[in-house]
Amino acid sequence: MNVPAALRYTKDHEWIQLLDDGATALVGITDFAQSELGDIVFVELKPAGTALKEHEIFGTVEAVKTVADLFAPVAGEILEVNAGLDSAETVNQDPYGSGWMVKMKLADPASVANLLDAAAYRELIGG
Amino acid sequence: MPFIVNTDADRESMLHATGVSSFDELIVDIPREVRLNKALELAPAADEMEVRSILESMAAANRSTADYVSFLGGGAYDHFLPSAIKAIVSRSEFYTAYTPYQAEVSQGTLQAIYEYQSLICRLYGMDVTNASMYDGATALAEAVLMAIGVNGRQKVVVAGKLHPWNSSVLKTYLEASDHSAVVQNVVEDGVGSIEVLKGLMDDTVAAVVVQQPNFYGCLEDVEAIGRLAHEHGALFIVSANPVSLGVLEAPGAYGADISVGEGQPLGSSQSFGGPYLGIFSVRQELVRKLPGRLVGMTKDSNGQDGFILTLQTREQHIRREKATSNICSNQALNALQAAVYLSLLGKQGLSEVAGQSLSRAHYLAGRIAAIPGFSIRYNAPFFNEFVVDTPIPPSEVVRKMLEKKVFAGCDLGEFGDEGLLVAVTEKRTKAQLDMFADALGELA
Repeated sequence: MNVPAALRYTKDHEWIQLLDDGATALVGITDFAQSELGDIVFVELKPAGTALKEHEIFGTVEAVKTVADLFAPVAGEILEVNAGLDSAETVNQDPYGSGWMVKMKLADPASVANLLDAAAYRELIGG
Repeated sequence: MPFIVNTDADRESMLHATGVSSFDELIVDIPREVRLNKALELAPAADEMEVRSILESMAAANRSTADYVSFLGGGAYDHFLPSAIKAIVSRSEFYTAYTPYQAEVSQGTLQAIYEYQSLICRLYGMDVTNASMYDGATALAEAVLMAIGVNGRQKVVVAGKLHPWNSSVLKTYLEASDHSAVVQNVVEDGVGSIEVLKGLMDDTVAAVVVQQPNFYGCLEDVEAIGRLAHEHGALFIVSANPVSLGVLEAPGAYGADISVGEGQPLGSSQSFGGPYLGIFSVRQELVRKLPGRLVGMTKDSNGQDGFILTLQTREQHIRREKATSNICSNQALNALQAAVYLSLLGKQGLSEVAGQSLSRAHYLAGRIAAIPGFSIRYNAPFFNEFVVDTPIPPSEVVRKMLEKKVFAGCDLGEFGDEGLLVAVTEKRTKAQLDMFADALGELA
């Protein structure tokens, strides 16, 4: 299972990547999450401008037989949603790259450090 | 022959198996004050022959369209039903099937629903039709909830004259949502006023709803209404009588975003009010917000066509708390009847049914208008139904016509309105129409 060392993770299987400006971040779901869901057919995201508290739902990801909620790893505001997810299978193919879901402006960039690191997340998913 | 084999000895052994000594002990958790605390007042036991005889005599008291000439409409219509419909839908594979969750053993049912969806899409001119809903009224209410969910706005405007029972169901559905207000358009000469509608429109309107033909049978100016809805970013919801689409333009052709309808006229008998069929169609862009379920066609691993339930993830059995609709069961048997009916008639047959209903209704309206004391209330164009002003109260007309084995129509007094709503289908012969007009003439 692919768990990139440079990212931080939630127990709900989202990843977050702090960008170079130190104030914004990309959020998506992990390789483990996409493989558990199976064929992803639809991603529905709240629009840019939406303010999110930590753990607030910012969208849903729909697979053939189930739907999962997406939780904000930290508080912030949605700056941009990934328009490329009209082809939802992108999430299956490239969960850490072109399958990113939202770009957030973080309320407190330091809070990212409280999330799981790659080793802790790898332990959570048992591999 | 006992139907409930539940003797004292049976009860004793069941109580013993559950480890209690008496029935009272079994239900000890139910407070005494909410128990019945008296004997059930049931009629004495009867055997099957007696029960059958009682029920048959009760059924014989019904007066149905099998024995009476019917001009009843108001949402349920006495169209001709080809015998093949009953022969096909009463096959046990269809009659007993519940929701076809297991595609492997449900291909016939799934294909039937798929065919129904495809036929309704063509009839209504829409991209996607779901596997059906309870009835036309709940389909309309669900359409409004869907529109509110799509654009997040709160106000709903009804353009023209909606069936009062549909208004009532809509109100019931919206009462549970916090802020939605329904604004009813003023009706002038049988149809909604476009000028008044203009004044009601603003950017808080989630949806504009119109029934075509409307409750009075009149044809609303659906193109103008749809344009106004879209100019203000509202969704345009049309509730259309499916048979009328044999002669009228399809809702999809004049811009409907959601098309609904009562499917009873498509091959279902009136059945004293149900079960009926809720038709629900949308444009492709709205498919992800569609309530209910869809059947899709796909290929199996051998490359053969197969049918499956798809887009079911917004239904109760997968996400109960977030389902977009509380309607999970569909009306599969009625949908099948509609599919069989449409398949048997074809495009040409349906337009003949619609055309004959229309021309016979207009013939009757002409005859009634010529009777002194009677008049056709509205000047607006109509399909197969119209309001008559009568010289004696409509309830009297209805009662007197029953003596001649005629259902004269719907007394609008039952809806807090005035007049007699008369509907005509292709089943009414010229002799019946003349007989009805002559009989009305004797009342004047």
